[in-house]
Amino acid sequence: MEQNKQGLIVSVSPHISSEETVPRIMWTVSISLLPALVMGIYYFGPKAVYVTALCIIGSMASEWFVQKLAGKEITLADGSAFLTGILLGLNMPSTVPFYIPLVSAFVAVGITKQLFGGLGYNIFNPALIGRAFALITWTRAMTTWAVPDAAFVAINAKTTATPLGILKEEGMGKLLEVFGDKLSLYKELLIGHRAGSLGETSMIAILIGAAFLVYRRYISLRIPLSFLATVAVGAWIFGGKTGYFTGDPIIHLLSGGLMLGAFYMATDYVTCPTVKSGQILFGIGCGFLTILIRLKAGYPEGVMFAILIMNCFAPLIDRNCRTSVFGAKKEKK
Amino acid sequence: MSTFTLGGIHPPEHKELACNAAIEVCKLPQRAVVPLSQHIGAPCKSLIEVGQRVLAGQLIGNPEGFISAPVHASIAGKVTGIEAFPSPMGRMVPSIVIENDKSDEWTPLEGDPNYMERSADVLKGRIKASGIVGMGGATFPTVVKLSPPKEKKIDAVIINGAECEPYLTADHRLMLENPKEIVEGLKILMKVLELNKGYIGIEENKPDAIEKMKDAASGDKNIEVWTLVTKYPQGAEKMLIKSILNREVPAGGLPMDVGVVVQNCGTAYAIYEACCLGKPLMERVVSVTGPGITSPKNLRARIGTPVSQLIETCGGLKSGAVKVISGGPMMGFAIYDLDTPVTKGTSGIVALEDKDIVHRTKFNHCIRCGRCVEACPMGLMPLMLSVYSEKGLYTDAKDYHLFDCFECGSCTYVCPSKRPIVQQIRLAKTMVKP
Repeated sequence: MEQNKQGLIVSVSPHISSEETVPRIMWTVSISLLPALVMGIYYFGPKAVYVTALCIIGSMASEWFVQKLAGKEITLADGSAFLTGILLGLNMPSTVPFYIPLVSAFVAVGITKQLFGGLGYNIFNPALIGRAFALITWTRAMTTWAVPDAAFVAINAKTTATPLGILKEEGMGKLLEVFGDKLSLYKELLIGHRAGSLGETSMIAILIGAAFLVYRRYISLRIPLSFLATVAVGAWIFGGKTGYFTGDPIIHLLSGGLMLGAFYMATDYVTCPTVKSGQILFGIGCGFLTILIRLKAGYPEGVMFAILIMNCFAPLIDRNCRTSVFGAKKEKK
Repeated sequence: MSTFTLGGIHPPEHKELACNAAIEVCKLPQRAVVPLSQHIGAPCKSLIEVGQRVLAGQLIGNPEGFISAPVHASIAGKVTGIEAFPSPMGRMVPSIVIENDKSDEWTPLEGDPNYMERSADVLKGRIKASGIVGMGGATFPTVVKLSPPKEKKIDAVIINGAECEPYLTADHRLMLENPKEIVEGLKILMKVLELNKGYIGIEENKPDAIEKMKDAASGDKNIEVWTLVTKYPQGAEKMLIKSILNREVPAGGLPMDVGVVVQNCGTAYAIYEACCLGKPLMERVVSVTGPGITSPKNLRARIGTPVSQLIETCGGLKSGAVKVISGGPMMGFAIYDLDTPVTKGTSGIVALEDKDIVHRTKFNHCIRCGRCVEACPMGLMPLMLSVYSEKGLYTDAKDYHLFDCFECGSCTYVCPSKRPIVQQIRLAKTMVKP
């Protein structure tokens, strides 16, 4: 910055800037996840706090460690490591042993983010890579789900399968047997009274946080809506056991990590396209892969792998969608 | 209400600081520094010698070349030097220094109350001889805009009263206080261009100006006053044409490619003065405003008055002022020297305090949030231009329509990583050929 002889600053335009900063965005998104976290604690008890805290500590420690080793400026205050930590925590079963959150957090922040150049240069969503690593490495621990129990004090000795797991292995009949009728099934899924990762179960809590982000214009609805719509249509067409167009899209929308993934993971700035039309394409791709994995692959849930695969395509999508430039010649070359 | 379709931003307007301050005449300077180049294009050649006495309004610089505009003395007095002085844009420009002899003696002005009866060529000649340039800040010689090549058929002229830059209120006050004269200026433009459609575009945050201009134009059904959405950069030529006529100036093209001429309302006022009063462009309205100014005002100042005198007239700088800008805070230039003179393109002097400005010497990685893509009124991808420029890949930046950027700064305003995107784009533009 140059200063002139009167002590005034001389620098280039524009001279003013919006109030938005990277730390403000990261911390706001983190705060918007609190409803989901509270519901996780409500159903899965103190262990939910324990797992999430380990993820956050692991993420921030990894960021500090790798940046220190690399001789870079420490950027813990920007909140992005905290956000990755809380997202990773919300994507874990409450029953995992302590080392899984810690190691996954290192894979997420230390490797996926920092070793690729830090915030802005990671190809994949760090929290999802952390979770994918854990799922493949500790498959049993990562697919052992506590029975949700109300009122913050659950000990969760008993384990069970997730609704998607039941649907995949034993079918719709068994699912209705567990939850009563369809209406109470929907209701339980909506409020989150079901087995699953500790922050993914309560649709209401996730939607409250997401609505706040949309209101603040931190995320747009292009990716989440195209993602959800594709899953719904795919589930309706291919999800039924008795032929095409007999599937139940609502169960697919309300279960698994879809809401959390669509609103919080797929919309990760760094790893999604920036062009509007590209974002819709990205959402459709995520939805297609999710339903493909849910219905045809070995795992009951496919949101995580779907988003990670689409992450690879984000730069290609941006490159080929492009924006429509003002006054550009409309005729073909 | 109409607006342009792509992008745009809503920075805090801060017009309230000066929009109620009626235009005051600024005291004549003790010494006026009149740059020989106050316009885009070739500089003028000095017509006078050091030591000679000049009168206010006297022609002192003759244009050399088609894209140029003559320069007139703004005060009466003795020429004490012809030397290089810093211009508001930071360059050193040969300037004529006039020492005020307190007489304020003018060259005789040839007034012509029946100017509307003159032919288009006569009026155009007066606009040319009066040294009128675009007074919104770009300072493109007006007569050049009024002389389109034969194959370009002009069918509309737009008076730009958008004044979309935060803080600035000079055009606002001029529309409030001299609406009739601006409309007369527009009529002259319509006559010169031989067309019968004139528009005046004003952002909706100036309802009083819209009303005044509508009143002033009510007698002529060929003139329409349009209320525009308050959205930066509404006052950019391309945006204004899109908002009012829904025409898109082609990439790399000029307004005349879609049959339009755009003139700032201050320019229209100057055209009226030139044609009716025979008065050359030697003074203009300048908003002196911003949180760093003790009592913000709108001043009618002679060209060549030092910025420091304008600031003193407004009670001086507050102790917290750290940056003084010529023009608005989005596209204006930080002033290097407070003795810099007011020129034909100085629409405002804005003083900002530390809390108002952004320091971009240290910036972060692009997080690809896409805010810049959403903000760009030209539909570009500023993040790609920024990253390519940062990495020195200027040719790749060109593939992302580098040269369609007109540097409005919207992308840079919204960037949460505080990246100097516009500056990176400027750098890239100098490194590759269009």
